[in-house]
Amino acid sequence: MLLQRKPELTYADVTPKELYFNRRKFLQAMGIAGTATIAGKGLWDILAPAREVYAAAKYPNLLKSPFSTTEKLNSLEDVTHYNNFYEFGVDKSAPAKNAQKFRTSPWTVSVEGEVKTKRKFTMDEILKLAPLEERIYRHRCVEGWSIVVPWIGFSLSVIANLVQPTDKAKYVAFESLYDPSQMPEAKYGGIDFPYVEGLRLDEAMNPLTLLCIGMYGDPLPNQDGAPVRMVIPWKYGFKSIKSIVKIKFVTKEPPTTWNLANSHEYGFYSNVNPTVDHPRWSQAKERRLGEIFKRNTLMFNGYQDQVASLYTGMDLKKYY
Amino acid sequence: MRSVPSLLSNKWTKLPVFLLCLVPFGILVWRSLAGNLGPNQVETLQHTTGDWTLRFLVITLCITPIRKLLKLPDLIRFRRMLGLFAFFYACLHFLTYLGPDQSFDLAAMWKDVAKRPFITVGFTAFVLLIPLAFTSTAGWIRRLGGRRWQMLHRLIYISAICGVIHYYWLVKSAVLRPLTYAAIVAVLLLWRLGVWFIRRGRAVTAASKTQSASANT
Repeated sequence: MLLQRKPELTYADVTPKELYFNRRKFLQAMGIAGTATIAGKGLWDILAPAREVYAAAKYPNLLKSPFSTTEKLNSLEDVTHYNNFYEFGVDKSAPAKNAQKFRTSPWTVSVEGEVKTKRKFTMDEILKLAPLEERIYRHRCVEGWSIVVPWIGFSLSVIANLVQPTDKAKYVAFESLYDPSQMPEAKYGGIDFPYVEGLRLDEAMNPLTLLCIGMYGDPLPNQDGAPVRMVIPWKYGFKSIKSIVKIKFVTKEPPTTWNLANSHEYGFYSNVNPTVDHPRWSQAKERRLGEIFKRNTLMFNGYQDQVASLYTGMDLKKYY
Repeated sequence: MRSVPSLLSNKWTKLPVFLLCLVPFGILVWRSLAGNLGPNQVETLQHTTGDWTLRFLVITLCITPIRKLLKLPDLIRFRRMLGLFAFFYACLHFLTYLGPDQSFDLAAMWKDVAKRPFITVGFTAFVLLIPLAFTSTAGWIRRLGGRRWQMLHRLIYISAICGVIHYYWLVKSAVLRPLTYAAIVAVLLLWRLGVWFIRRGRAVTAASKTQSASANT
């Protein structure tokens, strides 16, 4: 017998995207936004707290991932209007404005270094390398806030297996695009560009390590690192480098941007760790965007089952 | 049109200035009610109240130099109110820390204050303002005597310096804005230091003159 399952309802069936994006304007137009609210929450949040409602337009048939959390998602509005992307300004509201005209096509990612076959991938090629998965991860910023985001992509190991790192490859270095003509705000960032990041090879090969091309059912918005970024959910957010143009397999620990800016405060590893504080503030707690009080931060951001073994025998206070 | 000095001495000018100082607070209340504080509501409240505390500290510190340089003695009528508004925004700022950050847990707060220089210095800036707000009345000026009252109220200098350091230690790398505040506070304090040196210089010459004059007799 043929069991034909109808495709599940997409997010678009629930709330039209235009309405979702315009919810605040919509409320203001109705003139009721200011009437019934509690502690900074709008009326809409009280009437319709289901934040996971979003419209999947471009990628409707994503594989579900066993790594996904069932926690409540943050809204697309939050995730696209609260960004640390210093190339487009240091205020968290700046990238949403300044990245609008960022050209993300054509785009190529060069994979090079200690590999058997160096390759340049166009975005179209990357999208066809593996079936796209939706991975709902916790994302914890070193500043003490966190979000839950439905990313789209596949494990970075897919790329690694294609280019075949040689025995000499011990680390992976990533580099973001830096185009001063498109990023005039970058010079006020106080950090050097292009933004660079890195992982140990075994960290890079961990299945959790996501090469990310979209979120909320759609391609990545410019301010969230379009067209392709990393997402490493057990590390502080700044390790998850955005708008990648180069992935290089290397023999030595590569330089990383925040470590270059302030090595005392930002280490190469930067694993989420509630027991190792930032020199200036505690890392024991975090504020989930949309919440008032703080919650406890989890070891490795709650991914210790998947990654704790990578660090056996290591002093995580020393290798912060 | 009325002249600036007569406007400053007019008893009705204080009310509009008072209302103007309340505008940032009004906007925050409105934004809170409209759910318009952005993705991180608590941080918006913390940063906005912190910014306004620093701004009012700077405005208060501007009064004396402007009075003297522009010869507008009646500006003094507004100094207490502006200082109290700095304290008002500092209180709101402190509450956003004690509440959402520390869940009103005083023991946890003390631990945090003791452990983190960034918090220690901000807390110091706030605590130093308390005696100033308390003794801001005419009655307290009389009780303490002008000179002692003035000595006590110089704590605002330390409070402003601590406030700027607190801001500087908060940011990750974009130090332009905290450094701008630092520069403004530095100019305002150096101006006072300059005035003090000039006065002392005069006093010393005057004293030596009298001395040499008495030696000649």
